[in-house]
Amino acid sequence: MQNAQTNYFQLFGFPEQFQIDTQSLELNFRKIQSASHPDRFVSATADKRLQSMQMATTANEAYSTLKNPATRAKYLLELQGINAIADTNTAMPMDFLMQQMEWREQLEDAKAAKNIPALEQLLTELQVESKSIQADLANLFDAKRDYSSATDTARKLIFIDKVCADIHQAIEQLE
Amino acid sequence: MALLQISEPGMSAAPHQHRLAVGIDLGTTNSLVATVRSGMSTVLQDDHGHSLLPSVVRYMPNGDVIVGHEAQAQQSADPVNTIVSVKRFMGRSLNDITDKAHIPYRFVDGKDAEATRTLQIQTRAGLKTPVEISAEILKTLKARAEKSLGGELVGAVITVPAYFDDAQRQATKDAARIAGINVLRLLNEPTAAAVAYGLDNAAEGTFVIYDLGGGTFDVSILRLSKGVFEVLATNGDSTLGGDDFDHRIYCWVLDKVRESNSDFTPLSEEDTRLLLTKARQAKEWLTDNFEAQIVCRLSNNTLIDIALTAPQLVEITQHLVTKTLTPTRKAMRDANLSIEAIDGVVLVGGATRMPHLRHAVQDYFKQEPLTNLDPDKVVALGAAIQANILAGNKNDDDLLLLDVTPLSLGLETMGGLVEKVIHRNSTLPIARAQEFTTYKDGQTAMSIHVVQGERELVSDCRSLARFELRGIPPMAAGATRIRVTFTVDADGLLSVSAREQSTGIASHIAVKPSYGLSEDEITTMLKASFNNAEIDKTARMLAEARVSAGAIISSVTVALNVDGNLISDAEKHLIESGIQRLQLLTATEDATAIHNAVDALNHVTEAFAAERMNASVSRALSGKNLEDIEL
Repeated sequence: MQNAQTNYFQLFGFPEQFQIDTQSLELNFRKIQSASHPDRFVSATADKRLQSMQMATTANEAYSTLKNPATRAKYLLELQGINAIADTNTAMPMDFLMQQMEWREQLEDAKAAKNIPALEQLLTELQVESKSIQADLANLFDAKRDYSSATDTARKLIFIDKVCADIHQAIEQLE
Repeated sequence: MALLQISEPGMSAAPHQHRLAVGIDLGTTNSLVATVRSGMSTVLQDDHGHSLLPSVVRYMPNGDVIVGHEAQAQQSADPVNTIVSVKRFMGRSLNDITDKAHIPYRFVDGKDAEATRTLQIQTRAGLKTPVEISAEILKTLKARAEKSLGGELVGAVITVPAYFDDAQRQATKDAARIAGINVLRLLNEPTAAAVAYGLDNAAEGTFVIYDLGGGTFDVSILRLSKGVFEVLATNGDSTLGGDDFDHRIYCWVLDKVRESNSDFTPLSEEDTRLLLTKARQAKEWLTDNFEAQIVCRLSNNTLIDIALTAPQLVEITQHLVTKTLTPTRKAMRDANLSIEAIDGVVLVGGATRMPHLRHAVQDYFKQEPLTNLDPDKVVALGAAIQANILAGNKNDDDLLLLDVTPLSLGLETMGGLVEKVIHRNSTLPIARAQEFTTYKDGQTAMSIHVVQGERELVSDCRSLARFELRGIPPMAAGATRIRVTFTVDADGLLSVSAREQSTGIASHIAVKPSYGLSEDEITTMLKASFNNAEIDKTARMLAEARVSAGAIISSVTVALNVDGNLISDAEKHLIESGIQRLQLLTATEDATAIHNAVDALNHVTEAFAAERMNASVSRALSGKNLEDIEL
């Protein structure tokens, strides 16, 4: 139930930009939930309970979207009318494609060798890469407002996010 | 949008009046009821001063039903009509119960339609469902509370294991309804424990609640900050508990007896219950003592007299202790936390009194667990605090619980695959929509199958419900868009609605248990998803290949029927043989060959597709012209 009218940044009182203060995000999330959570409306009218349910749901959705840098970037682009993961939006620079394949190979090799430390090492490596891409995104979104370049860079971040999720799953399988 | 399952308020209109609300811990072994009196959460006692009510229900020959200590005392004498640990059967079908041989009940599979096939137990009072049996326990607690508080309850918060699935939660709520209790909220047991602990100790930071009850294991990681209790991750095993330790001791005793007595016959129902009771007593004794003597005389006059030492208990049950650490690690990983980030570990559940279990937890978290609250009472105490707030007795908005859903929810898509819609550990309440499309031209109905679990194949997840969306406007395959919305409310209960986007045709269901899990299902669903990821991947590839094969065969066949006249007989023949070849391959297990044949069929139909496109464009254009003229 993504509420089309609710702008997640506005909901949290933030400007529409990539860089956000995660502490304020958490704090404001708790404030919004404190005001809207269904536990506050157990004895209210059905109407109010429904509103509370919808608000709390939107707040949860907004919080999880803004908390994760990859989904945050994707959402910022959506607000510009750009679908970062559309089928037509698949171009990637050659060097990143090569890098991608290398990570995928490392993941498969470590999985085959049941090597958890190697998987954790790869995870650390990807997190470093993710941080650097996030810095690029902050520049592209917030300083340059270059949404075309931001789209390409955001796709890298989304990709890295996906590989990290796969690594987590691989570690769980091996344990 | 009638998505919500809303319980009757049942609140008195009078302001300022203290509303009687209680917290109920409906446990596998023992149940409790607590309330907040003069600002203090207190467990209510019965007339004999007992806080714990053994979760034992006996159906008497005279038609009475007795619950608690008295029933427990008679369980060995009348095992068939005395039901213990009924919580293990909540929301389960007969197929879900594996160790039937060691449970002295006469189980009957539900005979109704698939949707209500929960198991039943044959007693002298007739067939009883676990929901009805649990309701007897709840009625006893309700009566205790109303006597003790001197008035009618406005409602109760009832606790459930965090790892309970939708069917088990729904069954618990149904039991409360049968007992005449207004459920203010279903609350996860570890979260309830965190509330009691957190408020008592004014705790701030990140805490682990390790909860090993009689029949279930939960582990939750929470962040406590300024009265907000935010669950970061939860995991568990809904078929692992203190009972399993008793059972292990019981098996060990039988093995010992068989060693010395080779013609030892299988135990009667009475003897099984007697020996299990002795096993539990030995386990409890060994918490503070080095050796326990297990002595009992069986109905065939065999005397059992065996000593069990503390180190022996460790040896025969260490694997059960280890089993709790796997969900613990998963929860830590899902919360994205390292051991160092944990400020405290709270032990909950009577089974956490076992010294070797405490050591294992201490070793894993590298800190001494917190045990300053009675592990048997802490859940009920926390539930009472939440009940007091929900009933409106406390006006300060300091306390807020943000809980999560323990298992992922998904939909069945073509080929028996699961499309996950809500991932495990999402904060509640949550609603997520997912769009699906039709598979065949002119398709007017769509079956929606909702499942719960982490695996990729529908057959490996727990089926929650099926429903049908009818009256979809006939359109080309893929042109219809159906939006399915999953909503999980603050009780952790799911409802689902579906809507066709262009016409707004809606369908809604409240999810009721669909059909049973095969034994392992909920216990091993997560574990299996990790062990079998490779098998899943192969199966997934094959299923996907078959789906794309089915789709192209169906669309090309329709196209040949409609527009076959656009191409030559030779071309037509080429396409037909391509279809035949693909049909034969679909029956094989070779995903790559199927994919290749799909590509080949795509290739030979290219020219035909172009002809069709041209024809349809000119048809559309001429149609437009016609309209223009008419205008």
